[in-house]
Amino acid sequence: MPDALSVDRLHFAFTVTFHYIFPQLTMGLALLIFVLKTIALRTGEERWNRAARFWARIFGISFALGVVTGIPMEFQFGTNWSQFSKAAGGVIGQTLAMEGVFSFFLESSFLGLFLFGEKRLGPRGHWFSSLMMFVGSWLSGYLIVATDAWMQHPVGYAIAPNGSFQLQSFWHLLLNPWGLWQYAHTMTGAVQTGCFTMAAIGAYYLLSGVHEEYGNIFVRVGVTVGVLAAILQLFPTGDFQGRMVSRYQQSTLAAMEGLFHTERDAPLAILGQPDVPNQRLDNPLVVPAALSFLTYRAWSAQVTGLDQIPRDDWPDHIELLYFSYHIMVGLGTIFIAVLLLAAWLLYRGKLYRSRWMLWILMASLPFPFIANTAGWMTAEIGRQPWLIFGLMRTSAGNSPLISAGSVWFTLLGFLGLYAVLGILFLFLVYREIEHGPSAA
Amino acid sequence: MGTLWFCLVALMLAGYVVLDGFDLGVGVLHLWLARNEPERRVMLRSIGPVWDGNEVWLIAAGGTLYFAFPALYAEGFSGFYLPLMMVLWLLVIRGISVEFRSHIGGPIWSRLWDTGFAVASILLAIFYGVALGNVVRGVPLNGSGHFFEPLWTDFQPVGHTGILDWYTVIVGVVALAALALHGANWLAVKTEGELCNRALKWASALWWGVLACTAALTIISFQMLPQLFLSFRDRPWGIVFPVLALTGLFGIKWFNRLKLEGMAFASSCAYLIGMLTSVTFSLYPNVLPSSLNPFQALTIANSKASDHGLKIGLAWWLVGIVLACGYTIHTYRSFAGKLSVGEADGDEREHLATASP
Repeated sequence: MPDALSVDRLHFAFTVTFHYIFPQLTMGLALLIFVLKTIALRTGEERWNRAARFWARIFGISFALGVVTGIPMEFQFGTNWSQFSKAAGGVIGQTLAMEGVFSFFLESSFLGLFLFGEKRLGPRGHWFSSLMMFVGSWLSGYLIVATDAWMQHPVGYAIAPNGSFQLQSFWHLLLNPWGLWQYAHTMTGAVQTGCFTMAAIGAYYLLSGVHEEYGNIFVRVGVTVGVLAAILQLFPTGDFQGRMVSRYQQSTLAAMEGLFHTERDAPLAILGQPDVPNQRLDNPLVVPAALSFLTYRAWSAQVTGLDQIPRDDWPDHIELLYFSYHIMVGLGTIFIAVLLLAAWLLYRGKLYRSRWMLWILMASLPFPFIANTAGWMTAEIGRQPWLIFGLMRTSAGNSPLISAGSVWFTLLGFLGLYAVLGILFLFLVYREIEHGPSAA
Repeated sequence: MGTLWFCLVALMLAGYVVLDGFDLGVGVLHLWLARNEPERRVMLRSIGPVWDGNEVWLIAAGGTLYFAFPALYAEGFSGFYLPLMMVLWLLVIRGISVEFRSHIGGPIWSRLWDTGFAVASILLAIFYGVALGNVVRGVPLNGSGHFFEPLWTDFQPVGHTGILDWYTVIVGVVALAALALHGANWLAVKTEGELCNRALKWASALWWGVLACTAALTIISFQMLPQLFLSFRDRPWGIVFPVLALTGLFGIKWFNRLKLEGMAFASSCAYLIGMLTSVTFSLYPNVLPSSLNPFQALTIANSKASDHGLKIGLAWWLVGIVLACGYTIHTYRSFAGKLSVGEADGDEREHLATASP
């Protein structure tokens, strides 16, 4: 049986992965609903309002699950990671508390107005509440990413005599350059989840020949916004995020690229499996010198491999990190191709009748969720063996007196409870989809 | 700075108990207080638009505690690991019970969601009381400042204590009674006619229970933990807190007799705030006493973040909390007024009742 530390890690990994299914969807949909409401306000056409109301219902269900699975995240810092919380709470507690004070109150007040106050608020008021929902959920995302960014690239702190980290500069914490790029990259990912979900359900309607008026709207909005987000995902956000990693986390870069040996003209691995014991990449398919260029904008630049990094500082799951990163990048690339093709068909006026393309859009639904999850796994496994990069090891952060058995018990409890939540979620969303937007 | 934040966190927690307290109380009572589906809907509608906002106060208070007193957050949460996880599960169950009631209907499903909502509310009320009891009694903090409490040991409130002992169970029962009373008072404010009268009847019966429990708990606490007196001896002005609680308690009875439901509910708020502030005042400057050795207690001084960080926090916190109070007041004003059973359950109204984040 694994030790308490490993179970603590699994516990956090499982609960946060399940949780993030919902915020990525709601943050993406918040933007799209705002777009729908804006078009509705400008054109005065009722069908855009109906489309917005339909997505608001799915948003409401997802938001509820995001909230109930989110509360355990905040508490887990204290319950399972007490040594870390004790040391770093003075810094990251700030951003977490700000999320509660600034974002949750805003969201919880405007969500009710937004979902059920349309008649009372009038068109402008309702549009404004959709804007506030968008602002609230994206602000919440910012503060969480700022928290993670501090653990990835700690700034604006001082170390007190008792070894704890104390906040020195609020603005450094809030405007951490790592966090700015990570936020942009995370949000374009969330927008893609929203867009693919919207386009997939639109494609389902068109393929089934029901609610076609709305199927058109969903596919059009999903593809148009999605293609922009997919491109921004790669450049500049992904590119700059990668350069942040290469500047501040060389061990992470080497491990996620599977680069065991320091090289000039370092190749970019497209496929292959890392063979950690033998320190090589099995059956590789590589683009020569591309990694050097992407990292340093020079084909012959030297990129640090794992051989230059003390073994103690290697991420402890190199294979998983490598696969997560390659799944994220691979899917991101496929998304760009799919969405460019769909956008071109849309532009030519052929998309609604191209059944093969609609099939592809419909079948794409799960993949942005996978890509976002893989992206976060890249960030968090890549940070290992550090809890706060360079400052505090993960092994020094968990709660000292909680036995592995207790953590297993609560992990299994969460597994069971979340299985039920997942089934309920799918059932409710399925019912909304079958019910359709026409009656909304 | 530490003392200021001690007061602010206590204030946020008191705000949480007063606000979420009444919707917990409604959850505790609704199985018995509502006789039919329309009545139950009215009860749920009375808390529907506000319960999730009330719960945000818990999250905000938790976050504030985290950055202001990192050591307390860390040691407290990890020490109360098992019950805290159960609280989280109960919050999930309670949340989905309210949320899904409007989505998956029918008599059997409604019954299931209602029972889930009631059971989770009852257990949460008891757990909160037990948690408070643990903080007052002290926990087995060892020399390195850690502790881990099992769910129970020998039910004795000394030495190697468990979460449950006869003392903390009593506090749990007091909390259940007090929050049920708070919920009954809220229902009296929000309903009319027969339902209002029934809520008043329940409030009247619960009041005697709360009175008896409060008296017993006070006597037991001071006998078992005479150090609680010290704060009041050193700072006699602190007597205002117990006086507030007592005034509130008798105010409930007085105003309910006069049929002034609003004032009775305000008195109930005063009672809860008075009780909580009395407890925090008597603990000061400790934040988590040790049941093993009084010198191993967590205090404001040894658990707070740096003064610089706390000053920075104060700047944004004040802005944020003014906004938060604004939203809260606005929400309550939008949904002010009594609800009637006969009122058309229009789609919008019905959804309003069950809206949640």
